[in-house]
Amino acid sequence: MNVFDGRKLFVPFVVVGDPDYDTSRKIIMKMIDEGADMLELGFAFSDPIADGPTIQLADKRALDNGACVDSSFRMIREIKDCSSVPISLLVYSNLVYKRGIDKFYADASAAGVDYVLVADVPLEEAGPYVDAAKKHGIDAVFIVAQTTTSSRMSLILEKVSGYVYLVSVLGVTGARSGVSDSTLELVSKVKGKTDVPVLVGFGVSEPAHARKLVSAGADGVIVGSAIVKIIERNLGDKEKMIGEIGEFVRGMKEGLERSYH
Amino acid sequence: MKMDTRFGKFGGMFVPETLMPALEELECAYARLKDDEDFNKELHGLLASYAGRPTPLYFAKNLSRKYGCRIYLKREDLVHTGAHKINNTIGQGLLAKHMGKTRLIAETGAGQHGVATAVVGALLGIKTCVFMGVLDIERQRLNVFRMKLCGAEVVPVASGAGTLKDAVNEALRDWIANVRDTYYVLGSVVGPHPYPMIVRDFQRVIGEETKKQIMEVEGRLPDAIVACVGGGSNSIGMFFEFLSDDVKLYGVEAAGLGMDTDKHGASLCKGEPGILHGSLSYILQDKDGQINEAYSISAGLDYPGVGPEHSALKDAGRVEYGGITDKEALSAFKELSVSEGIIPALESAHAVAYAFKVAKKMKKDDVIVVNLSGRGDKDMEHVIKVMK
Repeated sequence: MNVFDGRKLFVPFVVVGDPDYDTSRKIIMKMIDEGADMLELGFAFSDPIADGPTIQLADKRALDNGACVDSSFRMIREIKDCSSVPISLLVYSNLVYKRGIDKFYADASAAGVDYVLVADVPLEEAGPYVDAAKKHGIDAVFIVAQTTTSSRMSLILEKVSGYVYLVSVLGVTGARSGVSDSTLELVSKVKGKTDVPVLVGFGVSEPAHARKLVSAGADGVIVGSAIVKIIERNLGDKEKMIGEIGEFVRGMKEGLERSYH
Repeated sequence: MKMDTRFGKFGGMFVPETLMPALEELECAYARLKDDEDFNKELHGLLASYAGRPTPLYFAKNLSRKYGCRIYLKREDLVHTGAHKINNTIGQGLLAKHMGKTRLIAETGAGQHGVATAVVGALLGIKTCVFMGVLDIERQRLNVFRMKLCGAEVVPVASGAGTLKDAVNEALRDWIANVRDTYYVLGSVVGPHPYPMIVRDFQRVIGEETKKQIMEVEGRLPDAIVACVGGGSNSIGMFFEFLSDDVKLYGVEAAGLGMDTDKHGASLCKGEPGILHGSLSYILQDKDGQINEAYSISAGLDYPGVGPEHSALKDAGRVEYGGITDKEALSAFKELSVSEGIIPALESAHAVAYAFKVAKKMKKDDVIVVNLSGRGDKDMEHVIKVMK
């Protein structure tokens, strides 16, 4: 099944195991129930240099509550056993390297992961990661950033096999107040160069952002910090946390659908 | 990239895509400037008139008599700001100026690199922002004040243990957000290519001077050289010139409370290969690859990674790496002060302590050089507290 069938995708991001294993699993199932088209799941890492304070705290909560690579794969398997929603993994390279690159992708594949983006592996280092992904039937996702030059972009678009992760801001992850014109220009530039789907992430937090981006040609949006903020705000009341996340996902989904119906 | 990004299997550039164009730009600027006559004239002019180079190679008579061999100290403690860090910040500051960057950022542990960046920011008239862990701010208050005095902004970093690793994370995040106008002055031979190469090249002056000086006074190369290793910039700067010579090289890591405890900073002796802050090198990590907190009495050695070139030198067997505990370092700190009237930085005291061990096995005419990478002024408050 190809998830990129012309629809505009809403892709929520959470860190696996945030704030704890059981709640995290419930959050993810709720997001699927409310219509998430794909999930982007982060593996908690001690030193997430591409992430702002919101996701850093999520990583810390997950690690403090016992999240590890094994348990994260286990949760993905559990989700995949009751849902066919595509799952994209966002990891930092040392978690992959330490497990053994080949073994990591083999385990990811066995867990049901569809896409893998290694946040700190650029084109120059990607060889062994892309090879392992291919071998185990996983699509390799790459980032195109505001700073990416035209020549780099062409090379990236040659390597990418799943979707392009277009980083909408110059900076780390975290909710921002608006979408800049330069982001919209970058979206149409990338779309003009490739048939590979383009998802936009970093800083997207409202239906209005999402509508702007998809009208510029994006195939969907990834929203992380805005959702993780809901977790952070409701640590004392898990039911309310899950309820609010459900509402948020529904709102984003409806906002996106309005943009092309 | 046009240059080799690796040292054997180590090194590389493991950073988010956003930073890659900046690293390409840096490599390109460095390739253009490193052999440029005007650039080098400016660099060497400042190293001489501003930093106070060359630094002396001092024959430590009292210690030599005590240990029964010839002990020399390379006096990096005597350069401006009190540590070797300035060699690198002048070089990178000039690079930033030539690249047209309008803002410098830096991370700092002990504060020496922060101070060295702050003074260069003042010297060159470039706005400077230094990231520093909250624990380090506490144990190095004097350096925080020095940085502020020179007009730098000091940003406290509260994440993690509040030490050097966390400061690097935050500096990288800032750079990702401000990469167009900001130059990241990395303080050690760590991070993604081309930093390990650039920082090493700017620190090579230590070994080059030492070689010339020891040939002048002894008429021959030393038998052994000892330097401490946190990220590893003073040691690689000292070792590089001697790599193809018949000279024993010793790198000294922080053994903290002991190599068999989990409280140390010995990435090379006790770590495994992994990826931290942009390069593949020996790091302290758990079974999943989460980075462990390092520990040392000395804020400059309190780092769970090490420069990739050191990892390559370890695997090649060219440099022997060992550890010195907090206790041994403190004892050497006192011994050097009492016997020679030289108060070393706690980082450098690790090298001194190890040199004493090596010296005990040497013969009367054997020559050993210790890189005294910095002076101890910054550590006074902390040492007073610990010695109570």
